[in-house]
Amino acid sequence: MTPVVVTILGVAASLALIVVILELIRRGRLRERYALLWLLTGVVLVALSAWRDGLNTIADWVGVRQYPPAVLFAVGLFFVLVVLLHYSTVISKLTDQNTMLAQRLALLETRVKAEREGST
Amino acid sequence: MTELAETAPAPPTVRAAVKRIAIVPARNEEASIRQVIAGIQRFDPNFEVVVIDDGSADRTAAVAEAAGARVVRLPFNLGIGGAVQTGFQYALEHGFQLAVRLDGDGQHDPGELPALLEPVLSGRADIAVGSRFAGSGEYRPPFARRIGITLFSRLVSLLVRQHVTDTTSGFQALNRRGIRLFAADYPHDYPEVEAVVMVFKHRLRLEEVPVHMRERAAGSSSITAVRSIYYMAKVSLALFVGLFRRHVTPLEEELDS
Repeated sequence: MTPVVVTILGVAASLALIVVILELIRRGRLRERYALLWLLTGVVLVALSAWRDGLNTIADWVGVRQYPPAVLFAVGLFFVLVVLLHYSTVISKLTDQNTMLAQRLALLETRVKAEREGST
Repeated sequence: MTELAETAPAPPTVRAAVKRIAIVPARNEEASIRQVIAGIQRFDPNFEVVVIDDGSADRTAAVAEAAGARVVRLPFNLGIGGAVQTGFQYALEHGFQLAVRLDGDGQHDPGELPALLEPVLSGRADIAVGSRFAGSGEYRPPFARRIGITLFSRLVSLLVRQHVTDTTSGFQALNRRGIRLFAADYPHDYPEVEAVVMVFKHRLRLEEVPVHMRERAAGSSSITAVRSIYYMAKVSLALFVGLFRRHVTPLEEELDS
């Protein structure tokens, strides 16, 4: 069985995560696009923490006999990995766009300079 | 093409000397962009047509330029929100008093512009939105999309305490106040629903005008089945969080206007 303290801590921590995410969106510091995956993570963790029988049942399914909260760790870890992978793709895209911006800006500056020299 | 040829001439009020701009966001619309520009010019040649090319891979920019539009090319795809906001920033920077937004795919008929402009020109509204559902529209979107549209219009109507029938319409006319608001702040992905709520929070007056929209002239809608799930989740989340945002103070009046 899952210890009650683990349930309480799990629920509290996941709820705190959700509240922090919502507050960041409200302040305009986190875009909805990047918050959705985090929110899903929070909701799944709250559900798994609060639903004690469910956690025990799932633990039983996957063969975790001694300590059901291990499933909580596994699920949490999985979601964190997904979020990280998602961010890696986002960073890659931003890098490409940043390169493009720098190139466009440099070419534009050169052109402006050339045109100014040509007109004087 | 035949429909556009029937575009009615502008009513006298529109001919008044108000510096006006037509903002046309377009991504890969080389097949329809020429007709859209021609339709606006035929309606009122005094409109400066600005096409925001949102990272097209086709000849959209070249076709638009050849058709007489000014083209702002974004270096990469920003999404509709970023593209449209670029247009409003252009309008703000160049001192336009009146802006209309029509999509580059040709679904917004320039022939509807007199009706759309009327509430703004008469000073009744800061923003007029062309609604497919406000009047006798026989527009029937696919089932799934209809659910989303109905849901958001109910939700938004509740939030802003005014009946809004079409929260996803990108067919809009705005005065200087509207231009200033959207140039300063505009939602990112699938922006229209949130923009409506934003307009009310800034105490701008919004009025819906019944319009007919055409089927897309070419290309395909940016909203696919998979994306619609993200659409619903993102917009719902934004609306929910928006509830807890403090009411923003109205933008300060410009001194030079």
